[in-house]
Amino acid sequence: MSIAPPYRYIGQSILRREGREKVTGASRYVDDNVIPDCLHGKTIRSTIAKGRIVDISFGEGIPWDEFIIATAKDLPRNVVVLIEQDQPALVEEFVQHKHEPILLLAHKDAGLLEDAARAITITYEEDKSAAFEIGEGSLQKEYLIEEGDIEKTFAECDVVFEEVYRTGAQEHVYIEPNGFVGWWDGDNIHLRGSHQCPYYVHKAVKTAFGLKDDRQVDILQETTGGAFGGKEDFPSTVAIHTALLARKAGRPVRMIYDRAEDMACSTKRHPSETRLRIGCTKDGKLKALDCDFRIDGGAYITLSPVVLSRGILHGSGPYKWEAARLVGKSYATNSPPYGAFRGFGAPQSLFAIESAMSALAEKLGMCPVEFRRKNFLKKGDVLPTGQALEGDPMLDAIVDKGLQMADYWNRAKKIAPIPNRGIGLSVFLHGTGFTGSGEVYLASRVALATRGDGKVEVRVSSTEMGQGTETIFPQIAAEVLGLEVDDVLFVKPQTSKVPNSGPTVASRTCSVVGRLVERAAHDLKGKLNGTPIADYHATHGETLGEAKYQAPPGLYWDDEKYRGSAYGAYSWGINIAEVTIDPVTMHPTVENFWGVYDIGTVINPTLAKGQVEGGIAQGIGWATCENVVLEEGAMINTHMTNYIIPTTMDAPPIMVDFIENPYEYGGFGSKGVGEIPMDGPGPAVLNAVSMALRRPLNKIPIIAEELLDD
Amino acid sequence: MTEPIRLKLNGKEVDLHSHPMTPLLHALRNEELSPGTKYGCGEGECGACTVLLNGDAVMSCMVPLCQAEGAEVETVEGLCIDGELHPLQEAFICEGGAQCGICTPGMLMSALYFLRQPEKAPGGVREALEGNLCRCTGYTRIYQSVERAIGEAAGK
Amino acid sequence: MNTRTNINTLKCLVPFTIAEALEMKAAHPDAFPIAGGTDVMVWMNDGKMPGRTYISLHRLAGEWRHVTGTSDGGISIGALANYTDVRMNPLVIERWPLLVESARVTGALQIQNRGTLVGNVANGSPAADTVPVLMVYDAVLVLANTKGERRVPLSDFYTGYRQTIMDGSELITAIELPHAALQPNQYFRKVGTREAQAISKVVCAGGSTPGGKQFRLAWGSVAPTTIRSFKTEETLANGADAEEAWEVLKTEISPISDIRSTAEYRLRVCRRILEEFIGHQSVS
Repeated sequence: MSIAPPYRYIGQSILRREGREKVTGASRYVDDNVIPDCLHGKTIRSTIAKGRIVDISFGEGIPWDEFIIATAKDLPRNVVVLIEQDQPALVEEFVQHKHEPILLLAHKDAGLLEDAARAITITYEEDKSAAFEIGEGSLQKEYLIEEGDIEKTFAECDVVFEEVYRTGAQEHVYIEPNGFVGWWDGDNIHLRGSHQCPYYVHKAVKTAFGLKDDRQVDILQETTGGAFGGKEDFPSTVAIHTALLARKAGRPVRMIYDRAEDMACSTKRHPSETRLRIGCTKDGKLKALDCDFRIDGGAYITLSPVVLSRGILHGSGPYKWEAARLVGKSYATNSPPYGAFRGFGAPQSLFAIESAMSALAEKLGMCPVEFRRKNFLKKGDVLPTGQALEGDPMLDAIVDKGLQMADYWNRAKKIAPIPNRGIGLSVFLHGTGFTGSGEVYLASRVALATRGDGKVEVRVSSTEMGQGTETIFPQIAAEVLGLEVDDVLFVKPQTSKVPNSGPTVASRTCSVVGRLVERAAHDLKGKLNGTPIADYHATHGETLGEAKYQAPPGLYWDDEKYRGSAYGAYSWGINIAEVTIDPVTMHPTVENFWGVYDIGTVINPTLAKGQVEGGIAQGIGWATCENVVLEEGAMINTHMTNYIIPTTMDAPPIMVDFIENPYEYGGFGSKGVGEIPMDGPGPAVLNAVSMALRRPLNKIPIIAEELLDD
Repeated sequence: MTEPIRLKLNGKEVDLHSHPMTPLLHALRNEELSPGTKYGCGEGECGACTVLLNGDAVMSCMVPLCQAEGAEVETVEGLCIDGELHPLQEAFICEGGAQCGICTPGMLMSALYFLRQPEKAPGGVREALEGNLCRCTGYTRIYQSVERAIGEAAGK
Repeated sequence: MNTRTNINTLKCLVPFTIAEALEMKAAHPDAFPIAGGTDVMVWMNDGKMPGRTYISLHRLAGEWRHVTGTSDGGISIGALANYTDVRMNPLVIERWPLLVESARVTGALQIQNRGTLVGNVANGSPAADTVPVLMVYDAVLVLANTKGERRVPLSDFYTGYRQTIMDGSELITAIELPHAALQPNQYFRKVGTREAQAISKVVCAGGSTPGGKQFRLAWGSVAPTTIRSFKTEETLANGADAEEAWEVLKTEISPISDIRSTAEYRLRVCRRILEEFIGHQSVS
């Protein structure tokens, strides 16, 4: 089965499928739902980080009998199921973090609801043993990857470099806050909301309400105004709350978060601390890596183990090591749980290794480009998990193209003597799809269905949240089926209508699910056997082309020993950042930014570049201005005025290009694209600022307050 | 309660019944007059709720409804006339200026303001859009979209 | 984390004449005047000021949305003149360039189309970007109530954090600037958290008269109110160098640590700004 180039649609910048609705304001987001007889829902949250609820009092002046009030007791199973079952949907007695949901209110008057929320007083017996720093609390999860004799190899090194690298939390700042609307029809719950993983919400709601049948829960994804991982796990809680109030009210309920609530309560990127010890020869040959990678998991497990896992799996960078030991530890604290955020641990560990590579090059008196080049992974090289690289990473070609785009050598030479100016780079990789045996467990499915009008529907649970799912899947299906791309329709993800193709995360949509769409199209094509769709449909009724995930041959992972092929494919890239430091304020400005990536086949260049550019801007924000200020573990700068993301005046010109090195088992040769843009900017910017200031730095965000120490 | 507040929305007279201190944004949304105008922060920072008020770009979350009485308000819904997209809308589709789309209506209204009154942002497109946050695009494709529309308006 | 103000608890009065506005204010000394609304609406979104009465002044635009030159070479900025009105005004562009600069960096374009300079002054935020500039230009505020008008120098207006000498019965009707006596090389520096849409960590405006006979230097975000650093100005006029001037300035400012920055950073940046300012003034 293969469709060979030249392609009709693959590689073409087919216009965004839902573009017209988006530019006319016709797209319906969750808050645009108009539901008659609907109540507004509101969450009452803890004001302490740890302790026991002693009393809840309902103040005077509020007509409480008009309110729907729900607590943990109203929920058949008080749990938000994800990996573990440790997180309650509502606090019963013991509070584990600030802003933890305790009770829910609903009323038809949104204004009165606000007054009611203020009239509730919760008394606590505070527990002063709360932990807020990495390492203070208990260990949630630990992983170890070991290859070669680490201490023996260190003993053979001429140079040993040690440093501790830190990264801060990061808030997603999707411009549309979280929200759900929901109603019950008998024993069936209907929920529509802003989220990226319909089946995660489905599972969580089904479990919390103890429902027996999958069909009792219908989760629809409304047009989603950005997610970036922030709507992977958190929406399950919002959905359960909405459903609970709706059940108690016997009426539809809407829970639309306002910005401050969303920022205070929702998940963030895990703060990290990476202790690196790197050994090399004096001429710059890397030998040994000792990486101790720690993250703050927050008060509940949520996705921390898998974030941790991806972190250490990327912690060795795109380099060949004789011996490597990577230890990952996720610690519990009394912060609101940290969760998924684009890159999922990899940006944190890659930040450490890529910052260290430039600092070490400086120490060795070597050029940071040549030092990296000398150690790049090549075809057949073995990663610390024992995985031998089947494909050629083509790192030299990627780096050459990046340097050329940035006119790196001339630029670096020109700015080197100028104080407060710098140029920095980073080289990185990102594994496509779920880690290890994750894809096997997911067992994703997709379907293509014929229609009487001769068109085909794509039925997947992969969501559109700006990245282009709705456009690229029709491209893939149309390419195989020989249809006009406009004759392939994308069905709005809704659990009653689409099979479970897994969550829209982990850079898996285009490559992993896209491959399933490709295979399903071949399946359908085989059934049609040349008959026009309308004719076939008239004779046979709705006909499905289907596909279910199968691991590529030879891909093996051992969960126990943490060895094998963590990912079937890796995307690769180089970033170059040029910065200027204001000599008065020490404020860093990224002046220009370049990126070259191998994401395999580029299915839709405009969409792919757009996604990459946006990820770069987020990465630059994480490196420079995005500072989550924590107080007792919780974010206090919960406004867009004080949590600073780049405006048009901050984001630099971003130049992006690709080198296409197709992956045999990805949709039309594609590899992961969504997350890799987040991996490079942190270290590239830090390295540029380090050059500008003539001293190595080790922490992002780079805060002017910390640089000004005269 | 109070008298309705009358204003002209996309050329049509409408009566709004919200409290006079209601942010224009919420009044327009709650009364189902402009679902395309989006909430993002409610504090004049993100620009998703940008509309034109008597021709000037404003954040509608910052305007108490009473202050819009008698005003001409233009929202994203007014851009497309009889099914024909505004050149800015065409350009946003062609150049990839919209991703998740939540900032797009506000972005378009700021861009429209720039097209009509470029002197207000002498630094160009980048400056004209400084009040509109986008978390998806990194802005590059939004500039390209606006520049394309400007080019088309100039007959290029 | 805050919850929004219940709008239904608010009262909103809309005067149609200046006399009516002043009568309303006299009758409701606690009522909060709204010009462009860009501060009030933020507070409401944040759950502040529930149950209050507001006086929305928008109907007085005919009288109060002016930016007009005065016969003695000064300018009068009406209570409803917004940042855009001010920064696009040819006379302001010619004679009060720092006003253009500071109005342009207050919020974003959409905010500048709503927010007013009088509102910026009345709000009393020490981080206001236009207030140091107005101080450097020796601004005088026109305060009015039903009994009459009084004029107060802006540098005497604030008494403490968001506290002013205003009486509950008064409204600010205009800001008056005298003829600008400063050399063209005037100085403005906003230290924000980003390049646009930023609230200042430190803001400074300054200038000097020909020959350096007099200096003007005002600061935001480094004290409970925006301040004119009169003593530093005097020291500079007496020929002090940066080091000597700094010794004086540091007694005039009292920065604190908050969500945006630290006291230490603000202090250090003030010193660097002072040095930059002095260098800037001596170039001409």
